[in-house]
Amino acid sequence: MRYSGLRILKEALTGHKGWKPAWRDPEPQAAYDYIIIGGGGHGLATAYYLAKEFKQKKIAVLEKGWIGGGNVGRNTTIIRSNYLLDGNEPFYEFSLKLWENLEQDFNFNAMISQRGILNLLHSDAQRDAFIRRGNAMLLNGADAEMLSTAQIKKRYPFLNTEDARFPIKGGLAQHRGGTVRHDAVAWGYARGADSRGVDIIQNCEVTGFKIENGTCTGVETTRGDILGKKVASAVAGSSSRVMAKAGMRLPMESHVLQAFVSEGLKPVLPGVVTFGAGHFYCSQSDKGGLVFGGDLDGYNSYAQRGNLPVVEDVCEGGMAIFPMLGRARLLRMWGGIMDMSMDGSPIIDRTHIDGLYFNGGWCYGGFKATPASGFAFAHLLATDTPHSTATAYRFDRFEKGMMIDEKGMGAQPNLH
Amino acid sequence: MIINHPLLGPRDAAEFTYLGDAKLIERPDWTSKTAASEFYEYQYLRDNPAGLHRELWFHEAGDRSWLVVTRDTTTHEITSVELARDVARSKGRSK
Repeated sequence: MRYSGLRILKEALTGHKGWKPAWRDPEPQAAYDYIIIGGGGHGLATAYYLAKEFKQKKIAVLEKGWIGGGNVGRNTTIIRSNYLLDGNEPFYEFSLKLWENLEQDFNFNAMISQRGILNLLHSDAQRDAFIRRGNAMLLNGADAEMLSTAQIKKRYPFLNTEDARFPIKGGLAQHRGGTVRHDAVAWGYARGADSRGVDIIQNCEVTGFKIENGTCTGVETTRGDILGKKVASAVAGSSSRVMAKAGMRLPMESHVLQAFVSEGLKPVLPGVVTFGAGHFYCSQSDKGGLVFGGDLDGYNSYAQRGNLPVVEDVCEGGMAIFPMLGRARLLRMWGGIMDMSMDGSPIIDRTHIDGLYFNGGWCYGGFKATPASGFAFAHLLATDTPHSTATAYRFDRFEKGMMIDEKGMGAQPNLH
Repeated sequence: MIINHPLLGPRDAAEFTYLGDAKLIERPDWTSKTAASEFYEYQYLRDNPAGLHRELWFHEAGDRSWLVVTRDTTTHEITSVELARDVARSKGRSK
């Protein structure tokens, strides 16, 4: 057994010199059946499910930096499946079901905690919209419950329900939602993929595609050319940059989203709570910090850091529902680059170039989608048909007028 | 970020709202035979560069003028600010 209580004792007595890396650091081979660009959550999950569920061999994951160094390590760790539209809800519910079994599946402690998510409502119109969304969730096999203010007060006594401008009038709860230790997701998938023969090649940046007669035959990288029968991009915020190397313009813009964590506090916040009148969501990490976020900064950015007006706006949203937040100090804040699509929904599809596949446009909902995204992308790569829950995530939906616009914002990526 | 407005001088970016790529000024000709595909590309596809980006900002909490701001998306540094009106006119547009 690789890890055990006995092993820890033995290593403690021998200076912890016997531990081996959890995955190999292989040199790239000349050719693979599958090349996955991007060693983040989605790329690693794709490789894992390709090897495990679809029994494919000769798979490589190419990562520019180190695995898990992008958005899978920068998000606010929330999982949920509380969507409205038919194109989305079955997919996200599939994802939540995969989350529920993930630790047993890849035998790694990802600290998945189904502590529940609560979307607060503040007006009659919002109540109608939330009831409708809750019903859509129930119809798709998810769980949803409308809570009254009294029920909410029981679990979250510190919430400011009597605010003059935005009083809390109830909320939509999904009790199966929750949080995950996000880094462990990347590590669990990486170790599971590696043990099934997937080559995870770090410090290997893709600099171009080899495309002959409309067919992609491989990639050019900083560590030499690598041939691949199927090349798949899962690079989130960098999607436009990578696909531009194949001559493609994507229906998306890259935007920066900031996240924040307070100093460590004793347990105060049992679940995930979101504000319905502004944009603010918050949970408490197992270390005690309040982890929260809000809106995008709103302008195209690849900088992985944002500006102060949004910091102020997010904190104001927090103060409106959690006045106690004002007593806690902000410990850290950071930014991640979101591949904001034109309708706020992702793309998992073939491209017009044979052998080149694309997974992206996750906006700021990519983390919760990680298992289903990997599964559906692996399904597409292995069988050349979309997974049953991801049939709507097509490239041509914008041209055909089949948008999946959950928020009804139109082609304005910074508003999704 | 501070946007150096050509008429009003340096203003806080929080006074502005953001639309996107300045190519949105160049609306396709609706009478063209290929108008449908041109409008699809105009409406939905973006270059989304990492580096210099010319983009439209609206001075919503100010004089309500549209600006074309040239900004580096990797550093947020703004190198040039023009009135969108002037940019459109320089391309032969009436307004």
